[in-house]
Order: sequence, then structure tokens, then C-alpha cells
Amino acid sequence: MLSNIGNLLLFLNIFFSCLIINYSFNCLKISDNIIFKKIFQIGLLQCTAILICFFTLVSAFLVSDFSLITVYQNSHSLKPIFYKISGTWGNHEGSLLLWVIILTFFSFLFLIFNKKHPKDFRLYTLIIQNFLILGFLFFIIFNSNPFSKIDPIPNEGLGLNPILQDPALAIHPPLLYVGFVGSSIYFSAAMASLITNYSNKFFAISIKSWVLISWAFQTLGILIGSIWAYYELGWGGFWFWDPVENASLLPWFAMTALMHSLLVLEKRNLLYFWTIILCLLTFILSVTGTFLVRSGILNSVHTFANDPSRGIFILIFLSLMILTSIYFLFKKYKPINAEINSNSRETFILINNWFMMFYLLTVLLGTLYPIFTDVLTNYKISVGPPFYNAVIIPIVIIFLIFMAIGPQTKWIKNKFSNLKLSFFILCGAIFLNFVIINLFRSYSIISNLVIISSLFLIMSSFFDIFKKPLINFPRIISHISFGFLIFFIGLNHNFSEEKDFNLKLGETIQIDNYNFVFQDLELFQQVNYKAVVGKISVSDTKTKEKRMLNPEIRIYDNPQTLTYEASIQTNFFRDYYLTMSNIDRSEYYNIKFQKKPLMIWIWISVIMLSFGGLLSLFRNAKHN
Amino acid sequence: MQNTIKFFIILLLVFILGVFFISLNKSSNYDTKYLLGNKLTNFQLKSFYDNKVFINNDFKENNFTLINFWASWCAPCRVEHPVLIKLSKEKNLKILGINFKDKKANASKFLETLGNPYDFLAKDELGKQSIIFGIYGIPESILINKDFTIIRKYIGPLNNKDFNEIKGIIN
Amino acid sequence: MKLKLFSIIFFLSINFCFAANQIVDENKIYKNLRCLVCQGQSVADSNSDFAQTLKMVVKDLIGQEKTEEEIYHFLSEKYGDWILYKPKFNLENFFLWFFPYFVLITGGFIIVFLIKKRSKKV
Repeated sequence: MLSNIGNLLLFLNIFFSCLIINYSFNCLKISDNIIFKKIFQIGLLQCTAILICFFTLVSAFLVSDFSLITVYQNSHSLKPIFYKISGTWGNHEGSLLLWVIILTFFSFLFLIFNKKHPKDFRLYTLIIQNFLILGFLFFIIFNSNPFSKIDPIPNEGLGLNPILQDPALAIHPPLLYVGFVGSSIYFSAAMASLITNYSNKFFAISIKSWVLISWAFQTLGILIGSIWAYYELGWGGFWFWDPVENASLLPWFAMTALMHSLLVLEKRNLLYFWTIILCLLTFILSVTGTFLVRSGILNSVHTFANDPSRGIFILIFLSLMILTSIYFLFKKYKPINAEINSNSRETFILINNWFMMFYLLTVLLGTLYPIFTDVLTNYKISVGPPFYNAVIIPIVIIFLIFMAIGPQTKWIKNKFSNLKLSFFILCGAIFLNFVIINLFRSYSIISNLVIISSLFLIMSSFFDIFKKPLINFPRIISHISFGFLIFFIGLNHNFSEEKDFNLKLGETIQIDNYNFVFQDLELFQQVNYKAVVGKISVSDTKTKEKRMLNPEIRIYDNPQTLTYEASIQTNFFRDYYLTMSNIDRSEYYNIKFQKKPLMIWIWISVIMLSFGGLLSLFRNAKHN
Repeated sequence: MQNTIKFFIILLLVFILGVFFISLNKSSNYDTKYLLGNKLTNFQLKSFYDNKVFINNDFKENNFTLINFWASWCAPCRVEHPVLIKLSKEKNLKILGINFKDKKANASKFLETLGNPYDFLAKDELGKQSIIFGIYGIPESILINKDFTIIRKYIGPLNNKDFNEIKGIIN
Repeated sequence: MKLKLFSIIFFLSINFCFAANQIVDENKIYKNLRCLVCQGQSVADSNSDFAQTLKMVVKDLIGQEKTEEEIYHFLSEKYGDWILYKPKFNLENFFLWFFPYFVLITGGFIIVFLIKKRSKKV
């Protein structure tokens, strides 16, 4: 029943998309500047249909309709209601439906919110966006249909992987999708702009809000993913440079570069083709990331069920997208000769883009390189955190300094007037750095430079608040937060303490200034799992602080899985982080203990960073 | 000039997409099966039965040696055991069993009931030896020749196909 | 004041150099080793049996006063270069290590070139 409704709605959506494309082409033939009313109406219908389609799937999960393969594979009748719902987009098929929802809604909203722009630009954006929608609808229907039936109907579902049964992971995909699927709209707009030669600053204005929205959501999505990895995967780390994480970071770099270069296009009517390339690149990277993650050609710690036939489809889609965009880009490209002064805001924004490209290409190369060596030479390697840290971190230092100076400059022609102030700020940053070293302990030269440059950025941006008139408050927020982010990551990295040891029940161990007592082990029966909870007291002989930590080992019933739950105690100064895992055929438990200073401030910095983007969005909406 | 750049960009993209395409049909899971040709370094193994220590020299006389990591708690080891028994009848091959993280009583009982195919039997109580032999799962077997070069690695239980392959190599 | 600052910097760099040579940090090594059983995790992060055993062996090797490089060499010989998260600098990986810096330098040149061409001649 639900399966039929769902399939019907999918086909209806294909029909609507075709209709919109058809009417749009008809409408283009007429030379006035009015868009047919029926295009808006069908757009609205299309949004409604896809939304109902999605809720059909949600209700299939809610009532545990195991006649659908997707529900059977990812749900269980005994699962809490919240996770039944979030299970809808916690799997490949359901998440694709979420893709299409975002594609559809963005296409409609872009149409109605850009009334000031010419008709042909709006219509071509709509047409291209609908081609993207069609592509994904075909993918859903022919390859990953969430409404596929199973016969005979099983009595019980297989259940959702327990590590995915988590509030953070319930909101992580929607946030991230608004980010990188949202970037599709400026991909379409960029193509439309190339086709209709709508190449001035008004193009920049038309997509600015969309770039800001997707950037802010992408930032938040990445943050939630990191927080989840921090407490759920039991690493005590929050960023692992894993292919799946890189896949979300690549579009972020492109968006960040785009956000800045748009300013140049808006204010100075410059860098048009570069901006277009960035628009196209962002969505192409999003699809590339999806390809890498879903096809299973990279192996990653984040569990995604993989299937090569999906890979083929996404790869064909990706190739078509790349080749069409390259075709239009080459066809329309003409060199523009406008004036740029070496000392101007434009130059500094170019510098931002230069560094973003460096990060982007480094991460892209690191992610893809193992595939290339494997295919070309059969040589299998891993590219992991030590590579990225070694290549990227030294460059961050220079980047932060430029980031501090850039916003002080003026458009067109700049003269540095407060070099003195900058110099004092730099001295202040160096002084603070040595205070930190004196109070705690020393760290490597690179870390020194990272901390000095991040302090320099924070303080430089901070002084901007007092400048009259106060211009661009959102920018200041985001830049300060980015400075804080790097600063806290730097401190966290240098002052984290890590102990790894084996302990059995009743035993006591003293490592450096920490004393661990394995006091007790209890067994609890919960609704859908059994939990073995350890009671481990940690006392710091230096600070006389004593804490009780309760790590868990959980044995889930459906599906049968073992997970390790970290015990984390957070305050504003530090996190205590402890995991316990059983060692096979032994009464010992492996204990990993970490003291991570200022952990919570890393999360707060990213929230503020994203908040800056949202603030800028509201300001932009008010202006236009 | 501009055309050359355009041509180059397209070529690069086609190349990348092509590599993606090929890699779709390759397994991304890594194993050490094809890591052959290395020579085993010097090793010291404690005998399973007494305090005797096996070193490289003890295996110099063998034309071929199959080093088999096993344990009584490992279910797939039971599956491959008949293959090992069959292999033990080969004249050109000696089998060195290494009992991995096991209790002596359980291991002895395992051999009593299923038969003992091993010409040499050593033990690896803490599992450290397994790292020296490049093992990462149980069961796993390594076939070496007279000068200790690794010719084959079998990850997971040996089956009849592996038996025929080994037979082909040693004769 | 200046002298004090310089002495601090001097002291710091000395500290840094010695710290780098003296102690082999086991946690750093664990983090650079990829767990073969769990594929996507480092030995430091993994709870698997294999990771536990590997940690013991690394500790032993450190005890035998092997350097970090020797330990990596030892393990990559047994398990392939795949086990190292930081790829070796060799012919196959040349492009990996070289390309990011190439991008950085080329990008810089492009910007300088662009501005030189475009800026108003005074």
C-alpha cells in the first residue's frame, strides 16, 4: 500500500519536473518579462508531492511496514519512535529522498525570491535545477528505490546500526544536506548565468543568500558530525581526516572561497569567471563526495552500506555534470581586463581564495591518492592524519595572518594606516603565547606560531569592533570565531594528556599524576541492549581532583552489535574522557583515558562561526 | 595556448573519471595476500610441548614449510583442519603450527580429537609472534621455501582449492 | 627586555630539538598505524585484538631502543605500506607530497602575475 503511494508520487514528481522544463522553454520563447503563472503552480505542486512522498516513507518507518526492503533493513519494531523517524534518512535510499526534497525546495524558493532578476536567468536556473532533480529521481527509481517491496514479508526488521541511534546523527544529515545539496542552486544559477550572459554584479546578489545559507548549514553539519564522532566512536578525537569527513570538508572549502569572491563580484564587478568556476566546483565536489562515500571505493570508518551499481550511476551523473559545465564555461569564457591594485581588498580576497584552493586540492589529493596508486600501480597506501597535519598546519599560520590583515584594507586602493596597531597586536599575541607557555608547559615551534597567529587574528578582528562606523559585524564574528577555533584546537592538541593501559576489576594503577581505581562492574538490562558499566575513579594527585567515570560496553540485540560508550565529563576548562573495552580471553580491560583541555570551546567556536554566516544572511536579506 | 589548456583540462578530467570507473570494480578492503617475496627475518619460537626453542636453522632442511597460525577457540580453524591433515601427508612439505593465544589443555584436546598435522608445534601465548610473521587474523597460513622467502599467504581457513595450489607448488 | 625575549626563544628551540630526539612517543606511533582488522581506524583508536597485540609489540620495539623510523620499516615490511597513515616519501608518493606545495607556489605566482598585468601603471 505505502509502497504504491510512494512509487506513484515519485513518478508524479518526474512528471512535474518534465512539465516545468517544458513550460519554461515555452515561456522563454515569449519576449515579455513575465513568467507563466502555471510554472509557479506546478512548482508548488512538485514541492508538495515530494514532501508527501517523504512522509509516506516516514510513516512506513513509523508503523514498521516491513514489506519495504528499506524499512526491513534499517528498522525494528522495538526501536524507540524517535529513531524510527530518524532512521528514514539514516540509510542510503531514504537520504536520497531528502536530497530531492532539498533540490526541489531550493529550486522553488529561488524562483520566487528572485523577482528582480531577468526572466531568462530565472527560468534557465529552474530548468537546470529540474534536470538535476530528474537525474536523482531516476537514480532513486531505478537503483535505490526506498519503496521497493520484499516478498515474502518478514515479521521483523534487521534494526538500525546502534551507533547510528543517536540524537546528533539524527540531525546531522539534514543539516549537511541543506549545505551541500543546497549548493546545487548556485550550480544551476551559474550555468544559467553562462547561458544567458547574465554576468554582472546582480548575478552575485542573486546567489549570495543561498551561498550563505548553505555555508552556515554545512558548517553546523560538519560540527554535529564531529561531536558525534567525538563521543560515539571512542577515539577522543573529533576530526580524523577520514574520506567521509573529507567529503564534507571539500565543498566547505569551495563555499568559503566562493563566499569571499562573491564580495569582489558584487562590489567591483570583477572575478566573474572565477566565481562561476567556484559555483560549479562546489556542487561538483558535493556529488564527487557522495560518489566516494556511497560507491564504496574508499574504505572508511563511517559505516555506509556500499554497492558498486550505485557508484556507476553517480559516476555517470557526475561525468555529465562536469562535461556540460566545462562545455559552457569554455564556450563563454573571455578574458576580462579590469584593474586590480596590488594593495587592495580585492587582492586579499584573492589571497583567501588562493589558500582555500590549496587546502581544497591538498585534501582532495590526499583522499583520492590511494585510489590512484591502487589503480595505476597496484600499490596500496593509506593517507591519514599525519599527512594532512604535516602539510596543512604550517600553511595555516600564514593564512591566519593574511586573514587578520585582509579586512583592514580598502577596496580599489588601500593605504596601510594602522601598521603600528597591527605591530602592537602582534607583540601582544607573542607575549600572550609566552604567558601560556610559562603557566603551563612549552610546545613545538610550529604550535607556537599557530597560537601566535591565531591570537593575532582574534585581537585584530576584536579591535575592528571599536572602529567607527561599525561595518560588517557578521564578518568580525566569523573571523574571531575562526581564530578562536584554531587557538583552542592548538591548545587542546598541545595540552591533551593520554593514558592507555590494561586494568582488571579491583586493581589500582598510578600513571604519572593520575591514580585509577577499577572499583566495580555492573550489568544493566535496558530496552534494546545490555550494558556493562564500569566504575573507574580517577584522581589527579596534583590538583586533588577526584572523579568517577562510568564507561559502558553495550551489547545491542537488533542487530547484534557491541559498542563502546565513552564516559565524558565536561566543564569549561577540560573534558575527562574514558573508554573501556574488553580484551578477548582475558580478565583485563583496555582503558583509554584522556584529559582534553578546553574541548567545549572548540564546539562553541564553530557554532559562532556558523552564527556569523547566518547573521550575514539576515543583513543581506534586509539590504535587498 | 588557450586551446592547449582546455585540451589538457579535459584530458585530466577524463583521466580522473576513468580511474574512478576502474576502481569501482576493485575491492577496497585491504589484505596482505599479495605481499609476497619478502624473506622471513630471524625468529625464535617456544615449543608447544617443552622448553625447546625453534629458530630459523631448524627449518633449513625443509624444501617447503607451511606456517599455520591456529587456536582451539577459533571456529574456522576446525574447518581448515582436514586440509592440514591432508597436507601433512605431502613429503616435500613440513608444517609448522603456531598455537595462538590459547590454553594448553584446550589446544591439546583439539589435536587429540581432530588429529595432529604439525611436524613442528610452537606456541604464541601473548600473540606477539603473530606480528613478526605479519599475521592479523586467525587462521592464517604462510608458505615459505628453502631460503625462507614467502611464496604464498592464505588469509582465513585453507580450502581444497588452496590445497591443490600448494600441492602444485611443492611438487 | 629584548635579551630576555631572545633567551626565551633560544631556550624554547633547544627544548624542542631535544624533545624531538630523545623520547619515542608510543601514542604518536599508534596513531600513525592503521588497524588492519577495522580498516578505517588507527591502532590507537581501535579496540580490536589485533590492535592490542600490535601495541605490545611496538612497546617491545621501543624497549629495544628502535627508532620510530625503524619501527615503521619493520611493520611495513610485514603488513605493507598500507599500515602507515603517513605515506613514505618515495617515487610513487612523490606527487602526493609535492603537489600541494606546487599548488601553493603556482597560486602565488598567478596572483602576482595577475596583479602586475592588471594594476594601473603609475
